[in-house]
Amino acid sequence: MATEKEPKSPASSVGALAPVLALGWLIPGAGHLLLKRTGRGVLLLLAVTGMFACGLMMRGAMFQPQSGDLLTTVINTGGFLGDIASGLLYLLSVWLGYNQPDMAGHVHDYGTKFLVTAGLLNVLALVDAFEIAAGRKD
Amino acid sequence: MPKMNLTHFEAAFLFSLFTSVVLGVVTKRTDRDRLQYGLYVFVCFFVALFGLGWLMYFGHG
Repeated sequence: MATEKEPKSPASSVGALAPVLALGWLIPGAGHLLLKRTGRGVLLLLAVTGMFACGLMMRGAMFQPQSGDLLTTVINTGGFLGDIASGLLYLLSVWLGYNQPDMAGHVHDYGTKFLVTAGLLNVLALVDAFEIAAGRKD
Repeated sequence: MPKMNLTHFEAAFLFSLFTSVVLGVVTKRTDRDRLQYGLYVFVCFFVALFGLGWLMYFGHG
């Protein structure tokens, strides 16, 4: 009895996916660059890094996980996860002392949102790189 | 590090621009669709920005 062969995915093992995800997290767009999607990788790198840099220059605050009431926990832990999703950008800015204390003012507030959103956009880029690496997407 | 002092409009413009680029790149399957979707998202951001702005203006009395 003939059996149909499943379509071969370019990289479906954990060993092949891990470098794409790790590099994509550390450097926005690097997952795409590793998979030879140069144009898209460069666009993602510019967009996520640009957003993060604008957030820093607007003196946005970095979130730290805090416990307390439910809303405080969700906002601060969620914000921290969003910040850390930017990978090396977040780590470098913390190590080099660019993280600012939370200040009043609409520019700082926008900056804080820019920093978190840069991380969330990097998560979207990671998911896209994962789908390409797993062969689900071109 | 230089400091950016942006108005609400400038900050919303930059936010829309960066977000539209990423959403356009990761969402669709062809370059043409990506460009169209990125522009569509950008326009949607601006429609929402001006719509909510006027809503707040009239709601404020």
